Amino acid sequence: MLEFLKFVIAGFREATRGQRLYHLWMGTLTVFILIGVYFYSVQLREGLAITGMHDHVSWGLYISNFTFLVGLAAAAVMLVLPAYIFGDIDFKRVVLIGEGVAVAALIMCLAFVIADMGRPDRLWHMLPFIGYFNWPSSLLAWDVIVLNGYLALNVVIPFYLLYSRYRGRKADPKKYLPFVFISVFWAIAIHTVTAFLYAGLSSKPFWNSSILGIRFLASAFSAGPAFIAVTLYFIDKHSDFKIEENIFHKLGYIITVAAQINLFLLGSEIFKEFYHPTAHSHSAYYLFFGYEGHNALVPWIWTSIILNVLATATLTIHKLRRNRRVFLVMCLTLFVAIWIEKGMGLIVPGFIPSQLGEIVEYFPTMPEIFITLGIWALGLFVFTFLVKIAIPIELGYLHLKQSSTSTQGVEHA
Amino acid sequence: MGFFDWLFPARRKAAGTEQPAPPSTAGGGSYNRSVSRRDVFKILGGAALTATACSTPFSSKEEKELARIGWEEFFQKNYREMTQEERDQVVQRLEQKARLKRGVNVNIKNTPPQDGVLFGYAINLSTCRGYRDCVKACMLENNLDEEMAMQYIRVFEIKKGKFDVEAGEAQYGHEVPAEGNFYLPMQCMHCEEPPCVPVCPVGATWKEEDGIVVVDYNWCIGCRYCEAACPYWARRFNWQEPSIPNEKLNRDQHYLSNRDRQKGVMEKCHFCVHRTREGRQPACAEACPTGARIFGNLLDPDSEIRWILENKKVFRLKEELKTEPKFFYFMD
Ligand code: SF4
Ligand code: SF4
Repeated sequence: MLEFLKFVIAGFREATRGQRLYHLWMGTLTVFILIGVYFYSVQLREGLAITGMHDHVSWGLYISNFTFLVGLAAAAVMLVLPAYIFGDIDFKRVVLIGEGVAVAALIMCLAFVIADMGRPDRLWHMLPFIGYFNWPSSLLAWDVIVLNGYLALNVVIPFYLLYSRYRGRKADPKKYLPFVFISVFWAIAIHTVTAFLYAGLSSKPFWNSSILGIRFLASAFSAGPAFIAVTLYFIDKHSDFKIEENIFHKLGYIITVAAQINLFLLGSEIFKEFYHPTAHSHSAYYLFFGYEGHNALVPWIWTSIILNVLATATLTIHKLRRNRRVFLVMCLTLFVAIWIEKGMGLIVPGFIPSQLGEIVEYFPTMPEIFITLGIWALGLFVFTFLVKIAIPIELGYLHLKQSSTSTQGVEHA
Repeated sequence: MGFFDWLFPARRKAAGTEQPAPPSTAGGGSYNRSVSRRDVFKILGGAALTATACSTPFSSKEEKELARIGWEEFFQKNYREMTQEERDQVVQRLEQKARLKRGVNVNIKNTPPQDGVLFGYAINLSTCRGYRDCVKACMLENNLDEEMAMQYIRVFEIKKGKFDVEAGEAQYGHEVPAEGNFYLPMQCMHCEEPPCVPVCPVGATWKEEDGIVVVDYNWCIGCRYCEAACPYWARRFNWQEPSIPNEKLNRDQHYLSNRDRQKGVMEKCHFCVHRTREGRQPACAEACPTGARIFGNLLDPDSEIRWILENKKVFRLKEELKTEPKFFYFMD
């Protein structure tokens, strides 16, 4: 128990120390979080009317970001699988970072769901036994289980590994490997369930498609590792935790293949919608070309497609992918492209036109945008916090006997 | 209208989809127009005062009582899981709340479904002329939020020669009936296989024994999954605290129908539970001047609706989705 307390204190001390850049970064995030909290308090008081959503487009920015972030969380599996199960030495070094991304993404997911709820005070109604948990028929109930379960797995496994290392003991694979196995399947489950949440609605032909699940996975396995690659670059630059070239190469492979598959699936959907358009293609028309004079999403989706094709094509060429700078820029490009595609490009057009063919567009309001930014800031804050503690432990700077970091602390910005 | 007004968003007055209908044509006007971003800001900033202007002074005793009611409501069970005794208590508590908050006596019932009853509705498209008296009657009967002008019923004006709701227009503001058009009213179809029910994560919406699909306003968490799942766009969300002045309040209420709703919960047409379970007609059927609306018990072989199902060529909307609506259309 005492050891555990020491661990917590040492971790906390580590996280509150750092160079000026680190404090500036965390300070900026805190400001955004506080602005988000302010607007959320307004939303609690006034209701969701302060957002741009209405009865026609009843899910907006919050649920879009939620959907995208589930993918980011699931992407950790792309590091976990080779690292723990195939014993890939390269990945083993960075897998903790991947799990940190998963934890932060899941916290954002849950925050977005709560921000979207009309009655967050009634959250307890979802608790099994105490409330009325409509499982297994509601996919949303499934989602609650898989997201919380995945969060637990991604907290417990790295915690065990880091704590063992902190105490100078060797982690016992018998204790953690079973959980690693579970978490691999679980990661696929969270994104599949989230896709089924939409694909199961017969009322919405735009979502009601059987390739939605696989499309979700493909986009997640490209955008997620792309994000991880960028964070690894920053860690490599600002800390003693050096990332070998090999890791970037392997990540590059994963990202590229997933992005290619994703583009292929996108193309199949586009073919189906436009080869012989039916009444069910109106949403796709609205998204890509505008429909009956309404075209708010057209610039978004074409930006996304252009970025997506550009990044995928560039990454496909070995020479360019091996160039660190090009690689990182393309990772960011892909990340943005898929954020648009999974967010504005998937959730919003599902509601336009409405079930009765009416067209009412959706524009997020400023309060809604600031709440969204606040949640992203929260996620980045959590991620930085976790990484800041994990790295010195991994490097052996932070361990039980000495219980404080060496003078060359780790700076991550 | 300052640039920074969005910093202090307040109530959305008649924004979003729901526009107050001009008095002459309920459901007409600019209902469901699209809102531009600037409009939203204007509305958000403009109404900052209304929220604070309507508080009434309470003696501390009443305040305490309201706080106690709020506390008890927080722990209230799902209506479906309550015993009759608990339901009676809940209803009494709501009546007490209305007395304290509004200073009026309301009568909130909890009449259960009656045996041997399955409600259904049939609309005669040959006689409907698009007057929208049903829309208006429904708004008054069910204490629908005034500020956002919520409406359960939508009447589509469709060009003759087409049969496509999607090509119809629900926002007509001209005199009816307009040459060359016919009219098709829609509301919750009370599907026998309602897609809105299984999706609810907390079981706050369900189909009663008499076939009416209801919502427990005290159990709904406001996730709006059901709204996305309904193929007939029948559900309405309370984006803000609904308001209805005492003078217009219908005091004949039911727990599952027109009692006071709260912000952040779902609602929709409930076939006037408070009326129909007592053998009365729903308000929309009563209001229709042309007799186009026929409501009744599908299990009663002598009912008018059964006669129509047996003698007319009836059809339902979006049959291919297998939702089995209990809302039929026919022509003479
Ligand atoms: S019409 Fe919509 S809300 Fe009504 S029962 Fe059917 S699916 Fe549910
Ligand atoms: S909005 Fe309410 S009734 Fe509808 S699915 Fe969510 S909790 Fe259930």
